[in-house]
Amino acid sequence: MDRFVLEFERPLIELEKRIQGMKEYSRDEDVEMSEEIAKLEEKALKLSKDIYTKLTRWQKVQLARHPQRPYTLDHIQRMTRFFIEVHGDRAYGDDPAIVAGFGAIEDEHVVIVGHQKGRTTKEKLYRNFGMPHPEGFRKALKAMKLGSKFHRPIVCLLDTPGAHPGIGAEERGQAEAIARNLFEMSHLPVPILVIVIGEGASGGALGIGVGDRLLMLENTWYSVISPEGCAAILWRDSARADLAADAMKVTSQDLLDMKILDKIIPEPAGGAHRDHDKAAAILKQAILEELEQLKQIPPEILIENRIEKFGKMGFWDESYT
Amino acid sequence: MAWFKRSSAGIAPQEKKELPNGLWLKCEKCDEIIYQKELDRNLWVCLKCGYHMRMKSKMYIKILLDDGSFEEFNAHIKSVDALKFKAQKRYQDQLKTTVKNTGMNDAVITGFGKINSYPVVFCVMDFSFIGGSMGSVVGEKIAQATKQSIEKKLPLIIISASGGARMMEGALSLMQMAKTSAYIAKLSDLGLPYISIITNPTTGGVTASYSMLGDIIIAEPGALIGFAGPRVIKQTIGQDLPEGFQTSEFLLNHGFIDVIFTRTEMKEKLTLLLEFFGCQKEETDESQEASENSPNE
Ligand SMILES: [Zn+2]
Repeated sequence: MDRFVLEFERPLIELEKRIQGMKEYSRDEDVEMSEEIAKLEEKALKLSKDIYTKLTRWQKVQLARHPQRPYTLDHIQRMTRFFIEVHGDRAYGDDPAIVAGFGAIEDEHVVIVGHQKGRTTKEKLYRNFGMPHPEGFRKALKAMKLGSKFHRPIVCLLDTPGAHPGIGAEERGQAEAIARNLFEMSHLPVPILVIVIGEGASGGALGIGVGDRLLMLENTWYSVISPEGCAAILWRDSARADLAADAMKVTSQDLLDMKILDKIIPEPAGGAHRDHDKAAAILKQAILEELEQLKQIPPEILIENRIEKFGKMGFWDESYT
Repeated sequence: MAWFKRSSAGIAPQEKKELPNGLWLKCEKCDEIIYQKELDRNLWVCLKCGYHMRMKSKMYIKILLDDGSFEEFNAHIKSVDALKFKAQKRYQDQLKTTVKNTGMNDAVITGFGKINSYPVVFCVMDFSFIGGSMGSVVGEKIAQATKQSIEKKLPLIIISASGGARMMEGALSLMQMAKTSAYIAKLSDLGLPYISIITNPTTGGVTASYSMLGDIIIAEPGALIGFAGPRVIKQTIGQDLPEGFQTSEFLLNHGFIDVIFTRTEMKEKLTLLLEFFGCQKEETDESQEASENSPNE
């Protein structure tokens, strides 16, 4: 299978190809090669550790955007017993950049909303690269409110390069749509679990990202602006995105250090793009565990805790000097 | 969301013009040259074309609140460079310089005040402090002000002027959008009024949080209001933007702000709104005397 390979993954991918080749040769020609194969496999394991434990922030951003990375619907398909997608904001239209619907993860009935990217060129355009318009945020809110009415927890999967900047988006109130979601999500009386599964860029991500718990898959990023956007402003050169990623500290570990993130969800070796099934299985497990805990909390306390959780976020100096 | 670019580029010239040695100023809209004292008297509204020039936060306090009624709180809260952010300059240095140049600790002033004897919690942003950007301190001060509204059962008024979230605080600044909105939701659930006043310019994370959440949303005329900055949109779509795009009037026509009030009529209209919301006046001895002595009564 031909697939997209990031520069820093290449040595490992090539080694894996060699191992695969040897295995096939050994089997087809009935030649004993197990010792050599084992040696190479050991080498591959070491190489993989070398690469993936020393990833720079920018490399993690690239993994978060990997063209083979599982998207919202890839996870939904693997995690749910059933999923009924609902469309439209009942005011203007349907936004394919956000998916919203109702389903069951094992016996847990949940509302799931998430940004959706496309894989082929045609799909990418259809999904607008996962960049929502106002009607996407409003569709998500419609689904979340319905979930709340029937006491169903909400799971939000974040994966967007940002809210769409365009004339129509502004005309239809991009800012209002995001603000409204922040307002409403902060006091919905059901558990809300937010998970960054790819990219979490700015208000476009946060617009479906206010909840009781925030989790991030290991190789994802979340910040106020994309590293390219930040670099374009500060260095007048979007090619310095690697520097911007370091300056803004955008990775899951960084957000844990900033006390924004509650937990990092590990990915299959080498990243979620290398094993969609396993990635979804890990995600599913994490969702079920978190919901089990959140469901114990009475609604009014849930809301109070949620507001206080955000109330604590940030760093400032209160000394009188 | 690169709204920051345009706004940070836009700070310098205007600030220079506001310096006391510049006795004469040029209206950005109609090029009219106006004597500064004249402008001051006219609330920084162009005498010829009515353009609302950017005005310091302190001036809003002066023109909207009753004399001497403002009691600032949380003025001492200062920004810290939690991320040790370094690009071409260090955030830490930028903060130091800005505090020195503006005489403010951050981009919002919060406190109690009175509008024609109606007590309110009053917040006003200042674009001269790093483009009015919202970092942890702006978020915290808005949240604290909202809590004061809740505690004292007072209406909340926020005057926005901001280029958006403060990039130098990364995800911490993004979370301030959620933080402020969450407290405003709580305020709303308790039935307390929140008046949002949007001034030129207000874009990005501030528009996409508390600015757009007022029970009533007022804008000054001709203000730039939007989510994405016009330059970003222009770059993205590769074509010129329509005339009047993202102005107060554009937002009014598209249904996203409730009303436009000029600076001159703002205080009077706010008073009527507070009356409508059923807020209680609190007469000080002085104001009672004043109204007793008023020749109109
Ligand atoms: Zn003029």
